[in-house]
Amino acid sequence: MLLIRRDICGYCGCCVSVCPQGALELIDAYLSVGEDCTGCGICARACPLGALEVADEA
Amino acid sequence: MKPEYDLLVVGGGPGGALAARTAAEQGLSVCLVEKRPAIGVPVRCAEGVGRDLLTEFMDPDPAWISAEVERAVLVAPDGYRITLEPSMAGCEVGYVLDRKRFDRDLVMQAANAGADIQVKTRAVAPIVKNGAVAGALLEQQGSVSEVLARVVVAADGVESKFARWAGLETAVPLSEIETCVQFLMTGIEIDPGATVFYLGNEVAPEGYVWIFPKGDRTANVGIGISGKKCRSGSRPIDYLNRFIKSSFPEGRVLEWVMGGVPVCRPLERTVADGLIVVGDAARVSDPITGGGIYNAMFTGRLAGKIAAEAIGRGDVSADGLMPYDAGWRSSKLGMALERNYRVKEYFITLSDEKLNRLVHSVSQIDLAQFSVLGIITELVRQDPSLLLELRAIRKLL
Ligand SMILES: Cc1cc2nc3c(=O)[nH]c(=O)nc-3n(C[C@H](O)[C@H](O)[C@H](O)COP(=O)(O)OP(=O)(O)OC[C@H]3O[C@@H](n4cnc5c(N)ncnc54)[C@H](O)[C@@H]3O)c2cc1C
Ligand code: SF4
Ligand code: SF4
Repeated sequence: MLLIRRDICGYCGCCVSVCPQGALELIDAYLSVGEDCTGCGICARACPLGALEVADEA
Repeated sequence: MKPEYDLLVVGGGPGGALAARTAAEQGLSVCLVEKRPAIGVPVRCAEGVGRDLLTEFMDPDPAWISAEVERAVLVAPDGYRITLEPSMAGCEVGYVLDRKRFDRDLVMQAANAGADIQVKTRAVAPIVKNGAVAGALLEQQGSVSEVLARVVVAADGVESKFARWAGLETAVPLSEIETCVQFLMTGIEIDPGATVFYLGNEVAPEGYVWIFPKGDRTANVGIGISGKKCRSGSRPIDYLNRFIKSSFPEGRVLEWVMGGVPVCRPLERTVADGLIVVGDAARVSDPITGGGIYNAMFTGRLAGKIAAEAIGRGDVSADGLMPYDAGWRSSKLGMALERNYRVKEYFITLSDEKLNRLVHSVSQIDLAQFSVLGIITELVRQDPSLLLELRAIRKLL
């Protein structure tokens, strides 16, 4: 599951551009993640601020 | 907003604005939609642009020029600096813009040409008829409406989704996104007429630190690094904080700017049935500098022109719109993108030691003849073993 730290996110869209699933979307200042996210973590690597984290499935 | 237009433009950046303006000037009915509540904010840009490139589109307006730049300074990993003056080919005089006003002015020009403008309006899906894009579903104030268009221009920037929804592959590989943070700083000692670039794997792996002046003692200070070098503890924000601590500890930060710049090759296809893709959405920013303002304006203008022609001919299929794709690829811009992509692929392999040699060698070149080719030739003269590595790019220069 992808965790979005909204206190860190600067809503820049960098993560959206690298997601191979097209699962992320930026709605003005709100980043949303869709159900097709596979948890691959590519977006978390690209984020300039470190606002994304893939959490282990419980 | 009407239920139907000739042209629907998704995105109100420089690419979308030029597409809308050009098409409206050709007499098309045009609607431009922008999902954000305001054009031009938040800024995601260092705001540098070449003067000659900009004046291709319009006269410079002091209202959106923050600074004029006359010199560029290159700083090697070992701290050695060279200054490039505009008399040298390859160093152009430029502007640092105020993009909040610049982008708004461009959209205002589109409005004055007759285009309808809708802000806080988001394209959420294409309307597809017989396999062709025929408009978009637009979300506005909690309700979704259908807007038909003969051609849609996807000008939705780095976070583009529209072209992908219409079936084009648009994801940027992690190694080919420059992930960036920039601070607008004030109270710092800078040369107000120079842009400064710091190179090196310590300071900015596969990227650079920039200082773009925004007036007296004020500048955009930022960094971009390759996505593949970006990890917890070594993200752009960490590099920038370190750089500022050592270079501008006295500075005050007025604004944070974040963003991604694609440095991959452009999309393999930038048209589909009923669809044209422009600017960052088409991945046409420069692979070396990351600059994309001009590239977005150039492709946007061409899209507006070709859309008008195709609609006039009654053929808005991918074939009918193909002159757009072929047009930018064979332009000076398209050829520079291909060449710079290959040069970038070489540059990112350079160690700090080689980068040092490169910057040092620049100072020994006859500066009247300064060019990328000149630097490379000098480098090879000093170290013939580089010839082999350089051969691949040499014929491009
Ligand atoms: C840190 C940084 C520094 C940069 N520095 C420079 C520089 O110095 N010089 C330079 O030339 N370039 C620079 N660039 C690149 C430059 O900012 C871009 O290339 C340029 O803005 C691209 O213009 P565009 O019109 O294609 O896209 P954008 O300017 O990104 O505009 C796209 C617009 O589309 C909107 N949008 C997206 N999806 C939708 C939707 N579904 N519905 C409605 N609207 C939507 C977005 O909100 C956005 O306003 C920099 C980029 C970054 C990140
Ligand atoms: S890259 Fe990071 S800061 Fe930018 S929108 Fe994504 S999560 Fe937010
Ligand atoms: S974890 Fe992978 S699939 Fe999920 S949003 Fe991030 S990049 Fe996309």
